[in-house]
Amino acid sequence: MSLLTVNRLNVRFHTPDGEVHAVRDLSFAMAAGETLGIVGESGSGKSQTMMAVMGLLAANGRVEGSVCYRGEELVGMPVAQLRAIRGRKISMIFQDPMTSMNPYMTVFDQMAQVLIHHEGLSRRAARSRCVEMLEAVRIPEAGRRIDMYPHEFSGGMRQRVMIASALLCRPDLLIADEPTTALDVTVQAQILDLMREVRREFGTAIILITHDLGVVAGLCERVLVMNGGQEMESGPVRDIFYRPQHLYTRALLAAVPRLDEQEIRRLATIEAAGGARAAANSLATEAGEAAAPGETVARSEPDPSAPPLLDVSDLRVHFRLTPPSLFAAAPLLKAVDGVDLVLRPGETLGVVGESGCGKSTLARAVLRLVPATTGRISLLGDDITTLDRLAMRTHRRDMQVIFQDPLASLNPRMTVGDIVAEPLHTHYPRTPRKEVRDRVSRMLTRVGLGPQIINRYPHEFSGGQCQRIGIARALVLEPELVVCDEPVSALDVSIQAQIVNLLMDIQAEMNLALIFIAHDLAVVRHISHRIMVMYLGRVAEISDRVALYERPMHPYTQALIRSVPIPDPDRERDKAYRPLQGDLPSPVDPPSGCAFRTRCPHVVARCAEEVPVLRQVGDSLVACHEAERVRAAIDRGEAA
Amino acid sequence: MLRYTLSRLLGAIPTLLILIALAFFMIRVAPGGPFDTERALPPEIEANLRAAYHLDEPLYQQFARYLGGLMRGDFGPSFQYKDFTVTELIGTGFPVSLRLGGSAILLALLIGVTVGTIAALRQNTRTDYTVMAVSMTGISIPNFVMAPLLILLFAVTLGWLPAGGWGGGAWNHMLLPVIALALPQVAYISRLTRGSMIEVLRSNFVRTARAQGLPERTVILRYALKPALLPVMSYLGPATAAVITGSVVIEQIFGVPGLGRYFVQGALNRDYTLVMGVVVFYGVLIILFNLVVDLFYAWLDPKVKY
Amino acid sequence: MSRQLPGMGVPSAEGTFAEEVKGRSLWVDAWNVLKRNRAAMLSACLIVFMAVLVVIGPWLSPYTYAQTDWDNISIGPDWASRHIFGTDALGRDLFVRTLHGGRISLMIGIVATMVSLIIGISYGATAGYLGGRVDHVMMRIVDILYAMPFMFFVILLMVFFGRNIILIFVAIGAINWLDMARIVRGQTLSLKRKEFVEAAEAQGVSTFNIIRRHIVPNLLGVVAVYVTLTIPQVILVESFLSFLGLGVQEPMTSWGALVNEGAQEMETAPWMLVFPAVFLATTLFCFNFVGDGLRDALDPKDR
Repeated sequence: MSLLTVNRLNVRFHTPDGEVHAVRDLSFAMAAGETLGIVGESGSGKSQTMMAVMGLLAANGRVEGSVCYRGEELVGMPVAQLRAIRGRKISMIFQDPMTSMNPYMTVFDQMAQVLIHHEGLSRRAARSRCVEMLEAVRIPEAGRRIDMYPHEFSGGMRQRVMIASALLCRPDLLIADEPTTALDVTVQAQILDLMREVRREFGTAIILITHDLGVVAGLCERVLVMNGGQEMESGPVRDIFYRPQHLYTRALLAAVPRLDEQEIRRLATIEAAGGARAAANSLATEAGEAAAPGETVARSEPDPSAPPLLDVSDLRVHFRLTPPSLFAAAPLLKAVDGVDLVLRPGETLGVVGESGCGKSTLARAVLRLVPATTGRISLLGDDITTLDRLAMRTHRRDMQVIFQDPLASLNPRMTVGDIVAEPLHTHYPRTPRKEVRDRVSRMLTRVGLGPQIINRYPHEFSGGQCQRIGIARALVLEPELVVCDEPVSALDVSIQAQIVNLLMDIQAEMNLALIFIAHDLAVVRHISHRIMVMYLGRVAEISDRVALYERPMHPYTQALIRSVPIPDPDRERDKAYRPLQGDLPSPVDPPSGCAFRTRCPHVVARCAEEVPVLRQVGDSLVACHEAERVRAAIDRGEAA
Repeated sequence: MLRYTLSRLLGAIPTLLILIALAFFMIRVAPGGPFDTERALPPEIEANLRAAYHLDEPLYQQFARYLGGLMRGDFGPSFQYKDFTVTELIGTGFPVSLRLGGSAILLALLIGVTVGTIAALRQNTRTDYTVMAVSMTGISIPNFVMAPLLILLFAVTLGWLPAGGWGGGAWNHMLLPVIALALPQVAYISRLTRGSMIEVLRSNFVRTARAQGLPERTVILRYALKPALLPVMSYLGPATAAVITGSVVIEQIFGVPGLGRYFVQGALNRDYTLVMGVVVFYGVLIILFNLVVDLFYAWLDPKVKY
Repeated sequence: MSRQLPGMGVPSAEGTFAEEVKGRSLWVDAWNVLKRNRAAMLSACLIVFMAVLVVIGPWLSPYTYAQTDWDNISIGPDWASRHIFGTDALGRDLFVRTLHGGRISLMIGIVATMVSLIIGISYGATAGYLGGRVDHVMMRIVDILYAMPFMFFVILLMVFFGRNIILIFVAIGAINWLDMARIVRGQTLSLKRKEFVEAAEAQGVSTFNIIRRHIVPNLLGVVAVYVTLTIPQVILVESFLSFLGLGVQEPMTSWGALVNEGAQEMETAPWMLVFPAVFLATTLFCFNFVGDGLRDALDPKDR
C-alpha cells in the first residue's frame, strides 16, 4: 500500500476578483521512505497542494478530490482527527525559518508542546526527547540552547530546529516547502545534507517542494513538475533530467544556467519553448533575439588595453550602528573594508558572496548612494569620491542602476512613461516632448514591452515586466556603466532567463560595462567576464569566469562552488563533499586576521594574526596565505 | 533589566522638569490672580497675602521653592481652600479618582480583550460585524454624552440606580460612572485586539503550530494571545491618560468628589497651587505609568535586550 | 547641462502610439475599493448632507440662534410654532442652535486639523527626510511632549487666557500634530529607503524633485486617512472643552456646549440633550467610518 495517494485533487480560492483555480486535477502516489520532489515556479500550485494535504488552506480555499494517507481519507476528515495526523504522522516545515517559530516562546516550550499533545508526555520527559532530537540535527550545546529564544539562532540553525520539531514524533512523511530558499548557499548545503541523513536514519519519506532543479537532482528519487496548477510531467529523477518528455520540463531545464558547463549557451525562455506561461506574459516579446535558445553564444571580450571605465581603490564603507543601550559605545559595521577593482568598457564584473558580505553596499558606494569612508572611486578618469550632489549629477548619466525588487524600484504613483522619461527630464530638461516620447517608446520596445504601455502604472505589471521597465529607465540615457544589484534574484527561473538574455544582448549592442551582483553563482558565471568573490566586506578572490570555476584558489570560493547544487542527478550524487560548517560570523565583530578562518578547513596559526592581502596566484588574485598549498591539496584530492 | 530601568528613569527626568516648568510659568504669566475678587482688597492686605504665599519673590526663586517642596511631597497650600494644603486635597480626592479610573481600565481591558479576541476568531461573520459596529459606536459617542444618556435611562426613567453622588464608593453609585468612563476604552481595546489577533493568526508561526497538530485552544492561548496583546499593552499608557482626562467630566456629571472636580473648580477659581498640584501629580502619574508599561513590555518581549 | 543628448543606439519604434492603453492608477484602485464599502460611502454622503445642512439649515428657520421666543420657553419639539427640535430654557430655537453649533464644531474640526496637518507634515517630513541626529533630537522632543497631560494644559489655557476661538484652534491643533508628525516621519523614513527613491538619487534627480515627485505623492494616501480620523478627534476635544464651559462663548454655541446645557435640564427637557447628542455622535460615527474605509482602500499593507 502506498503511503500517500493524491487523486484528482482540485483547490479553488474565492477572492473578490473571482475564483482562482490553484490546483487542477492533480494525482500522484508515493511509497513509504520515498523522496519526491515537486518542482514549479511561483503560482504553480505546488505549495497549495501540500497545504490541502495538511488541511491548512486559508479560509477561502476549497478542496475537491481525494488525499489518502495509509488508506485514510484526509479530505473532509474532521479537524480533531486530522490533528492526530498532523505533526505525528505527517510533518511539515516551511520556507522562512525566521518567522516560522514563535518569537515569544523558547525553543523548548515550542518543541515540548508537540510531545505533550501527541504522546501525552510530561514536560520533564519531553525535555530529554527534545534535546536528543536537537543533537540529532547537530545543534551544538543542545542542552543549553534549547532554553533560548528563536531570535538567538541563525537562519540555518532555526531551520535545523524546525526539522527537529517536525521529527519529534517520528513521522512517516516530512513535507518540506522550499526549506532552503531563504538560506545562503553554504547553509543550504548543510540543510540538504541533514535531510539526507534524516532519510537514512529515520526512514522518513520526504516531499520536497522547490523551484530549484539542482536541489531536486541531488536529493529526490522521483520528481513531479507542476505548472499553472497542473502536472506537466512526473517520473524517476534521471528520466526527468536526462529524458524530459514535456516541453515545459525541457524549457525549465534549459532556462537555468549551469555551473558545470563550458560554453555560454543562450538560456531558453518559456515562451520560446511552447508558451505554457505565455498567457501570463503576453506583453513580453523577445525583441531582437540574438541567438536561438540552447545555441552557444560567442561573447565579445573587452579590450584589456582600453583605459579603465571604473577604477576603485581601497574603498571602505563603515557604518556606525545605533548603540544597544544608552551607555554602550556605538558598534562599527565595516560593510566594505578595502576593496580594489577595475572595470573596462564592455566588461561584466560579477560580484558574489553570501548575505552580509558587503556586495550591495559596494554597489551603493560605487554609485555614490552611500558615502565612502576612505578610498578612491574614479569614473572615466574623474575622481568622483567626494563630489557634491550637484557636481555628481553630470557623472550620473554615465552610471545607472537596476535593483533587486522590480516593483519596489518603480514609483507606484508614476506612469511607466514618466518613470522611463525621468532621467531624460533630469539631465536634458530642454528636450522637446516629442523627442522624449520617442526615446521612451523606443527604449520600451527595445526591452520587449512596446510603447502602448506608457500610460499604465507599475502595479499592473508582473515582476519580470517591472524589471524590464527598470532596465529601460537605466538605459534611456545610454550610460557607460550599469550596476545591477541582484536583478534576477526575485524572479522565477524562466523570467530570470529572459532578463539575463536581455541584459547580455543590450550589453553587446551598446558596449555597456556591467557590475552584476548576485548570490546565484551559476547566473553570475553565465553573464560575467570576471568574477569577484567577497567575504565579510573583503575580496577573497578575483578571477576570470573560467579560471574561477575550474581552478578556484581561495578555500571560500571552493566551498561556495561546491555548495551550489547542479541540476544533474548523476553529477550531484557523485559530489563527495562535506559542506562548509558553521555560519557567517557577524560583520560587526569579524574574526581577527583572515575573516574566513573560523570556517576554513585549511586554517593555520598565521591566519588568526595576519590579514591576507590580495596577490597573484596562477591566473587569479587571491587573499589567502595558504593559496598554493590549498590548491595543491585540492588537485591531489581530485586526482585520487 | 536594572540598567534598562535606570536609563529609562533618567530619561524621564527632563520630561518631568519640562512638565513642571511649563505648568508653573504658564500659570504665572496668565492674567488675573488668586486675589482678584469682586471688590478689590486694600493694597497692604494684598501685599501681606502675596508675601505670605511668596508671590513677591522673583519667579525663578518661586520655582526653586516649588521644586524643593515637591521633593518633600509638599505641593504648597491651597489658595482657595484656606484650611487645606494641596497635598491634603490630593490625598482626599485621589483615592476616589483612582478607584473610579482603575475600575474603568480593568473593566475595559477585560471586556475589550475578550470581545476583540472573539471577533478575530469569528472574522467576517455576523458576530464580528456586530462587535465592530458596536465598538465603532462606542468610539463615536463621547463619555460626556454617554453619561447623561445613561443617567436619563437608568436613573431618571427606570430609577434603578442613583443619578449621582459617591455614596462612599458603594457599587450602585460607582456603576454608571465606571461604565461611562470605560465604554470608549472598551471600544478602542476591542478593535485593537481584534486587529492584532487577526494579524497574529495569519502569521507563519501560527501556521507552524497548526501544522504540528496542536489543538486550537493551545494555538490561541499559548501561541497567539501574548503577541496579540502586546499592542494592547502599549495602548495602556494612552488609555490611562484618556481615562484620567475623562474622569474630569465624569466626576463633574455624577458629582463624584474626586481629583478631577478639584481641578475644574481650582481652574475656575484661579487656585494656582491646587491646579499646579493636580497637573503635576497627574503628569508624574502618567509618565511613571508609561514607564512601567514600557518596562513590562520589554520584559515580555524576549528580543529587547538590556 | 551643456552636453548634447546622444544619438540613440536603439532602433526607432514603428508608430504604435495610437494603441496606448489607459492605466489604472492606485487612486482609481482605491476609489474602486472604497465604492464597494457601503458603510463608508453612506457615511460620506451623511457628512456631506450634514455639512450642507449646517450651512443652509439656519436660514430655513424663522428664528436666529440668539433670539428668544417669549411665548415658547422650554417647549418640546413642536411643528405648529416651527420649533421642530423644541426650545431651551431661554426660549431659543434648538434646531437653529444645533445647526449653529454644528457650524462651529465642524469648522473647528477642519481648521484645527489643518493646523495639525501643516505642523505635523513639515515637522515629520523634515525629521524623516533628514534622518540621523536631527531626526533623533526632533523625535525625542515629540516623545517628551507625548508624555504631557495636554488636555490639562488646554484647560489651563482656556481658563487663564479667556475663551477665544483662535486659541481653541491653536490649542487643539497643537495636541494633534504630534500624531501626524509621528506618522509622516515613519512613512518618510520608509519611503526614503524604498528602491525607487534610491533609483531617483542614482539618476541625479534633485532633492526638491525627489520630494515633490516621489515622496509627497506616496505620503498623500496615509495623510488622507489620518485627516479623516483627526477631524472627529478634534471635534471631540472641542466638545469636551465646551462641555466644561471652556469652549465658545454664549450666545454662540457648539455641540459640546449644547450637550452640557441639555445634561443639566435632562429631567425636564430631555430633547435638549438628545438632539445635539445625536448630531454629535452621528458626525463622529460617520467620520470614523470614512476614515476606516479610506484606510482599507489606501493602506499599502493589503496590496
